[in-house]
Amino acid sequence: MRVHWRILLWIAWLAAAVWGGFGFVERLSGGHAAANYGSYIVWGLWVSAYIYFVGISAGSFLLSSLIYVFGERRFERVGRLALFTAIISLCMALFSIWCDLGQMSRVHRIFTSPNFGSMMAWMVWLYSFYLLLMLIELWLATRADLARWQASARGARRVIGRLLACSRGPLDARQERRCRHWLKVLVLTGIPLAIAFSGGVGALFSTLSARAFWHTPLMPILFLTGALVSGVGLVAFLAALFAPRRPAEQRDTVLLLGRALLALLIFDVILEWAEFSVPMWYGVGPEYSLLMRVLFGEFWWVFWVLHVGLGCIVPILLLALRWRAWSVGLAGLLVAVTFMTVRLNIVIPGLLDPHFQGLQTAFTDHRLVFWYVPSLFEWQVTVFIVALGAALFYLGFRLLPLAPHDEGAAGCQA
Amino acid sequence: MSDSSPRVEEPPAGSPSVENRRAFLKAAALLGGAATAGTAALVDAKRTTIGNEPTGAASVRDLPPLASISIERRSDPLLCMQEALRRALAKPVEERRWLMVIDTRKCVGCHACTIACVAENRLPPGVVYRPVVTEEIGSFPNVALRFTPRPCMHCDEPPCTPVCPVRATWKRPDGIVVVDYYKCIGCGYCVTACPYNARTRDLGEHYTDGTPALQPYEERPSLEYGKLWDRRGHGSPVGNARKCHFCLHRLEEGMLPECVTSCIGRATYFGDAADPDNLVAELAARPNARRLLEEKGTGPRVVYLV
Ligand code: SF4
Ligand code: SF4
Repeated sequence: MRVHWRILLWIAWLAAAVWGGFGFVERLSGGHAAANYGSYIVWGLWVSAYIYFVGISAGSFLLSSLIYVFGERRFERVGRLALFTAIISLCMALFSIWCDLGQMSRVHRIFTSPNFGSMMAWMVWLYSFYLLLMLIELWLATRADLARWQASARGARRVIGRLLACSRGPLDARQERRCRHWLKVLVLTGIPLAIAFSGGVGALFSTLSARAFWHTPLMPILFLTGALVSGVGLVAFLAALFAPRRPAEQRDTVLLLGRALLALLIFDVILEWAEFSVPMWYGVGPEYSLLMRVLFGEFWWVFWVLHVGLGCIVPILLLALRWRAWSVGLAGLLVAVTFMTVRLNIVIPGLLDPHFQGLQTAFTDHRLVFWYVPSLFEWQVTVFIVALGAALFYLGFRLLPLAPHDEGAAGCQA
Repeated sequence: MSDSSPRVEEPPAGSPSVENRRAFLKAAALLGGAATAGTAALVDAKRTTIGNEPTGAASVRDLPPLASISIERRSDPLLCMQEALRRALAKPVEERRWLMVIDTRKCVGCHACTIACVAENRLPPGVVYRPVVTEEIGSFPNVALRFTPRPCMHCDEPPCTPVCPVRATWKRPDGIVVVDYYKCIGCGYCVTACPYNARTRDLGEHYTDGTPALQPYEERPSLEYGKLWDRRGHGSPVGNARKCHFCLHRLEEGMLPECVTSCIGRATYFGDAADPDNLVAELAARPNARRLLEEKGTGPRVVYLV
């Protein structure tokens, strides 16, 4: 990467971290006072960010799993990258939802007195196992390289190799085989787990009979597809950015990710068509009016410009017309970033309308309104979380053997 | 899985296909174990009831009758309800079935109950337990107003309680749906699950925020559920889900809910529906009795006379 780009990125990161950091401090000291959600629309930007990051995590995890189970060794570089992305984005998701809790210090209660009848308790437990599983997977996938680093690397990497490899000297062939074997076991275990919880997040919403907008059986499927689309999109972008520079490998990686992304995106569009057209077809019913607000309300541009335009049409064209690393990377970035609009357009409209009409005006209070736009403070906290995730990602990329051995240290100099 | 594959020649041990099969079997075993544990947890959760209130003899309250006033059938409904409340409290909690009846024809839309409730429970901004919905019906010159107070319905099949991830909210044996502020983590899931929007979220605000001084009345602790809740320092119920609890802390002391006593139109009735002589039991059986959003299957314990 050119030097001035790097400086620019550093400045941007620093600005985001500082500005966002102030927001987070305000969240800790002032609670929810500066947030715009209230009592009727209780969930806003942070919950949307949570399902967005969880989706990315599940999607990139599933991609990495498929690579480990079916893929060839040369894709494994993307496999590790995807796995690491999944870990980081899950941490970002959990951070987001933690900020949304009214009593942040009581989060442990989900572990000490869970109600397993609740979808939310299930989600938290599944995430915990999933995070554990991913960490072990990452360790198994990188252990051989870590062990090698004890001797070959310098500085922090050498220390990390010593600390994490849990072996003196490089692994022998049997140990390496054992790592690969258990990696495969965990990957196979992880696939149903990731499907279960990415669908489960959808179920967290769709099981609520009180919210007509969410209460559709399609929701879990939509979440699963959305997870794959956004996760694969982000990995495609990262792979294009940090991917192998050898032309043949680049072509293979790009072909794999580009095709997967295109297919998933098209499938997602079909599902979304069903999700919108079925309740809207005859133009009556409560969902109809809510969907009309999504499509033609004040925030029509979120759907049409950001989601349909930048999130679907442009990436599909980019993917269909050009098989270059940059076009796949750009398409991936567009899909991944704009997917946040899909999440916002699920969470907020679902709460926009009371069943019991007239509540809108029954009591005048700025928290008792059926209207929501995220406040600057909420964006601040979200930016902080993104900056934190970026920093973790960067650190991991510098300090962990995310690039398999054969490419050596040269792969890390992106 | 493994025995369904046709038995051709055994591949040598250590070959990729044996390796794969081993990995697959181990993963299947892990998943099978997890799925079994999960199912057991789910079944267990669906079968256990949550709650920590005393039941049986420990819940019986022996309150003195109103000695100086004689109460008969035609007395003021408030007095009748007061007397019936005493009778109900003399029974164990699991034999009481609280019910509220709101006569919308008598409601004048004064919002006294809303405000009395705010004062009784020291509700902060953003929290309201009993708003009164005002609807204008028809067009000039044929216009009418309809007022519908909306407390928590204390549903018999509450959609709001099973969603709580930490067992912080449940339906008591007497029918009241309560929240344990000590346990609630403030996730807001129950708030989204209530079709009546009867739950609100305490975001830690005060009406006198931004003025030179917080007023003392805002800093006084609330008495809900018979405990002292001090909101200072982000203490519960700040951050929690809050809702109408039929003034449980008053009931336990033999007082009617605040909205009932403050209603200037005598439009709100409250009592034990398990007692056939109770006024609410009689009113709820009238043909003009309706419940809100009955199609949701929640079985509300608030009945409207229309
Ligand atoms: S009205 Fe809402 S909060 Fe009250 S019991 Fe029913 S579902 Fe729960
Ligand atoms: S807000 Fe509190 S009571 Fe409601 S579901 Fe969450 S933890 Fe349970």
